[in-house]
Amino acid sequence: MEFAEKIKHFLDWLLGPVTFFLFSVIGFGAMIAFRGWWTRTPVALSLFGLSVVVFLLSMTDAQFRVIIEKPDNIPIVIMLCSIGFLLWLAFRKMAINDGLIEQGLPTIEARESKKRVMCWPDLIYSEFLIAILVTIALLWWAIEIKAPLEEPANPAVTPNPSKAPWYFLGLQEMLVYYDPWLAGVVFPTLIIGGLQAIPYIDMNTKGNGYFTFKERPFAITVYLFGFIVLWVLLIMLGTFLRGPNWSFFGFFEYWDIHKLTSLNNVNLSEYFWNTWLGMPLPENIFLRELPGFAVVIFYFAALPPILANTVFKRFFIECGFIRYNVMANLFLFMAALPIKMALRWLFNLKYIVGIPEWFFNI
Amino acid sequence: MALFKNLTETQIWKSIFRHKYPDNTRDQALAVLSNVFLHLHPIKVRKSGVRMSFTWCMGGVTFFLFLVETITGILLMFYFRPVVEYAFNDMKDLREVTPMGIMRELHRWGAHLMVITVWLHMLRVFLTGSYKPPREFNWNVGVILLVLTLLLSFTGYLLPWDQLAIWAVTVGTNMARATPLLGHEGPGAALLTLGDIPIITAGSDVRFGLLGGTVVGPATLMRFYVLHCVFIPMIAGVLMAVHFWRVRKDGGISGPL
Ligand code: HEM
Repeated sequence: MEFAEKIKHFLDWLLGPVTFFLFSVIGFGAMIAFRGWWTRTPVALSLFGLSVVVFLLSMTDAQFRVIIEKPDNIPIVIMLCSIGFLLWLAFRKMAINDGLIEQGLPTIEARESKKRVMCWPDLIYSEFLIAILVTIALLWWAIEIKAPLEEPANPAVTPNPSKAPWYFLGLQEMLVYYDPWLAGVVFPTLIIGGLQAIPYIDMNTKGNGYFTFKERPFAITVYLFGFIVLWVLLIMLGTFLRGPNWSFFGFFEYWDIHKLTSLNNVNLSEYFWNTWLGMPLPENIFLRELPGFAVVIFYFAALPPILANTVFKRFFIECGFIRYNVMANLFLFMAALPIKMALRWLFNLKYIVGIPEWFFNI
Repeated sequence: MALFKNLTETQIWKSIFRHKYPDNTRDQALAVLSNVFLHLHPIKVRKSGVRMSFTWCMGGVTFFLFLVETITGILLMFYFRPVVEYAFNDMKDLREVTPMGIMRELHRWGAHLMVITVWLHMLRVFLTGSYKPPREFNWNVGVILLVLTLLLSFTGYLLPWDQLAIWAVTVGTNMARATPLLGHEGPGAALLTLGDIPIITAGSDVRFGLLGGTVVGPATLMRFYVLHCVFIPMIAGVLMAVHFWRVRKDGGISGPL
């Protein structure tokens, strides 16, 4: 028992917003890089067994159970399990298909795609069966677990923490790094717009209708990074690891309202004028924020052409001017989140451009 | 068996089903063709496309959950009054005394599940490259369905009118304050003035329009109720029809050519 407590303390100490994100990114990289290895059935089964053991052991901890067993958090556990399973399925097929393609053989799907089967019974039966299974699962869930109902609404009593519904907690987590106008309005709009743009900017005609990684490594890596790391794992972070005052709490840590996290963040303008030039901040807002504007303009106006001549050269040639620029800008917007996170953690950077007078903070 | 045979010979049965038992190609085709619910399916489908390991059946499950939500939702509407004075107590009754109060559980867990299955469906569509031509448009219909699914879930979250509900919605809709130009705490809103009078204030910005007030209150409850029960499901329903039709018109479930 002593030993178990020690491990829990160690894990709580190890985990913070920074390490959580770092581990996520490293895990993500490993998932892509070693896909040939971990998708093999014995390895995948061992990994699965290991996570079940860790999960069950964690369930012996009261604090862990409190968070996991909150009725509205159960879907997240279901989601994490199904994503794990389906990623395994997809990556396994990718690995197999990539091998087949290399040898010049038809993919798993291609072997069967010419053949047509009758919709009744081949499709209808599956649909019907799934419908029954889903019904049973849902009924069981509904019988086992009551839908939550808390105290009657009271505008005078703000719960701490106040959380959005779980599926928006990734966005709420972004609020730590960006102001609401970006995290709550501009980024969601760009996520939707960016998703809609995907079919029109992905000029790679390969990999249509079958699983493959090697034929479209960039598209799959970027999409999965967005979905797994920036969406799902941030939801997990926001739900399980953010407590009162949006402070970070380890999996086994008690949600203490008085936990203090010192926030002493500095704007780029203060760095530039005070620290580097040893001057007071200029009165004129534009002059004050000049370095910030320079950085932002460089990022969105100068980086795309630079990338087009270097790492994205192939895309620029494939896509043409307009498509390329849409793609590059969406890509840069997506990268802006991890970049700002890193800047915050490394330099306590608050705003790159900070004009609170106009609510214009980046 | 004899009874069944006799039953299928009756005029009533024959008036409903215009085909024989579907154990041969002709009657199997007719079973799909002559049924309004099944006829969105093609008669024949790609063998690779009916594999569960290919589609994960996630689009199908999402649609099924949408139907579950519709049915349980309508039953809930018989009991629930979207008025601040009653809403919470109606929920409490559903939980404790109302017969078939389990509809609320089915509705809530079904909604959570639907959010998950939409994401998984989208993941599958992406990983199989099924958004590529000729399916670009259907991917776009899908993205709108995704947004509508999230909005359905979000508007429904408010209806129990408990602490969880109003504060989650308060946190969510607080974002709208910061909408550029249109939110009273958004960049650029201060530029919109008539002479000296600001146009965008806490009493006139997008958040006010969304909530029907400056805070989540009675008007918000009614607004979200109507959005949740009528407006969004209607649009989502129409778009689903478009979505399924296009799956078929774009050549069925994708597969290597
Ligand atoms: C309410 C939400 C949705 C429902 C009920 C739905 C339903 C379906 C169904 C039943 C299919 C047939 C194949 C399958 O099950 O995979 C399908 C295919 C498809 N869906 Fe959805 N879908 C929804 C949302 C989405 C979203 C969010 C996207 C993408 C952004 C999307 C894009 C597509 C595409 C491109 C296909 C064609 C796939 C192929 O040919 O392989 N759908 N959808």
